[in-house]
Amino acid sequence: MMPLRGRGGAAVREKFIEALIFTSAPIVVLIFVAILAYIFANGARVITLEFLLSTPRLAGMEGGIFPMIVGSVYVVAVCMLFAVPLGVGAAIYLAEYASENIITSTIRFFIDCLAGVPSIVIGLFGLTFLVHFLKLGYSILAAGIALAFMILPWTVRVSEEAIKAVPRSYREASLALGATKWTTIRRVVLKSAMPGIVTGVLLGLGRAIGETAVLLLTLGSAASAFIPTSPLDSAGTLPVLLYVLATQGNTADAYARACGVALVLLAMFLVVNIFALYVRNRYIKRYEGL
Amino acid sequence: MVKTGDKIETRNLNVYYGNFHALKNVSLKIPERKVTALIGPSGCGKTTFLRCINRMIELTDGARVSGEVLLDGMNIYDKDVDVIALRRRIGMVFQQPNPFPMSIYENVAYGPKIHGVRDKRKLDEIVKESLERAALWDEVKDKLHENALKLSGGQQQRLCIARALAVEPEVILFDEPCASLDPISTAKIEALIRELSRDYTIVIVTHNMHQAARVSDYTAFFMLGELIECGSTPQIFEKPRDKRTEAYITGRFG
Repeated sequence: MMPLRGRGGAAVREKFIEALIFTSAPIVVLIFVAILAYIFANGARVITLEFLLSTPRLAGMEGGIFPMIVGSVYVVAVCMLFAVPLGVGAAIYLAEYASENIITSTIRFFIDCLAGVPSIVIGLFGLTFLVHFLKLGYSILAAGIALAFMILPWTVRVSEEAIKAVPRSYREASLALGATKWTTIRRVVLKSAMPGIVTGVLLGLGRAIGETAVLLLTLGSAASAFIPTSPLDSAGTLPVLLYVLATQGNTADAYARACGVALVLLAMFLVVNIFALYVRNRYIKRYEGL
Repeated sequence: MVKTGDKIETRNLNVYYGNFHALKNVSLKIPERKVTALIGPSGCGKTTFLRCINRMIELTDGARVSGEVLLDGMNIYDKDVDVIALRRRIGMVFQQPNPFPMSIYENVAYGPKIHGVRDKRKLDEIVKESLERAALWDEVKDKLHENALKLSGGQQQRLCIARALAVEPEVILFDEPCASLDPISTAKIEALIRELSRDYTIVIVTHNMHQAARVSDYTAFFMLGELIECGSTPQIFEKPRDKRTEAYITGRFG
């Protein structure tokens, strides 16, 4: 007969597994905090106003990183210019116009495949097709387009999900009032899906800011002292500068500067994420009134 | 009772969902400025019939319609009929209140706006008038710019009615408008429907026979996609001609 009192082996195993599970979440947090703390401890001392706002000297070993900040922002802006209209357009097509058939599932399959393509491969395509074949040169335009290819799948899928999550009843109400399909999409569906779409776009933006491999192959120059103006200019960016400092510097000072760059990159990332949160909350407040 | 003309008439209306014959040869006249109730057990085709009248049926994948639906004598399924113009003349209120996630004002102004009304004063006027007609104005006049989803279910449904009224339709279709409402809200909607029938032709699908008896002038009984019987509401409820109608209204099935 099973004894009712006392803890059997099963109960002990249960406790053990619980303990494992309960510690895994703090460990995840700890890893993240450790990375941040390490970067901060090593990089914070190089962050000065001069570092942020002046141009580099000696291949980035001295001076500041201002041109690279501008370059990063510029490339990401060009990337968004291509990725957002194209991505949201494709999402509207898939969610609202296309009927479920072999063609749309093929499109979705390709979009998912594109999401899985390693960024270095997209960079290679950018280099051979955009930079050389289309003769865009090592330029912000070429890099922006290549980056757009990279984040496009996320933009499409997240937007599509957001659009699909809009209740059918909203569409019916609008159509029953005599609205055309496009009016309904524009004034009701997209409006309701906006928080989701914005979140998706900003997450894509976050990925684009940190992308390195694509930029290495399409944009060139690491520590440019030159502040880019035209989209056909080459430019330095933060991730590429970080890569160069970390791989070619080989001194404690270079590593510290790399950590400084990383810190700036993380700060930009944080700004984007906080902005995403803000936009989302504002929309939720406005449209759900809760 | 003053005899009025027929606003809507269907002739041999058939609807198929794929291979399923959902509506079979329905010919029904719907008199102007009266309330016509469509009753019958679940799946009898009454909602399908309703959605044929403003061609919302076309949004259902695989639905096929044959036969005629005449609005003021014109077949709305003719090739040259503009479905946008049609739906301005035939409004619809749905089973679940479905206000847009916008302000109360924006909900009512939506229809006039998409049909080209830009003038702010004109819009204000339409919003006020529509809300008054839907018996909601007094409850919301101080919070027109608050989110519509904050309203109670009954208020939301009256808002949907106001939204439909704002485009000045001639016919209003109600698809079980009280299905998700409490008895007090239901009573308000029913009183409103009676009131609106002075100016509008109303068709209401309902599951609730008492509701049909309370609000309607005419009743049509559907079963398995067929129109079994139609007539004045007192006649249907007191002297049904068909055995099946009698069985249904006395609650023997359904």
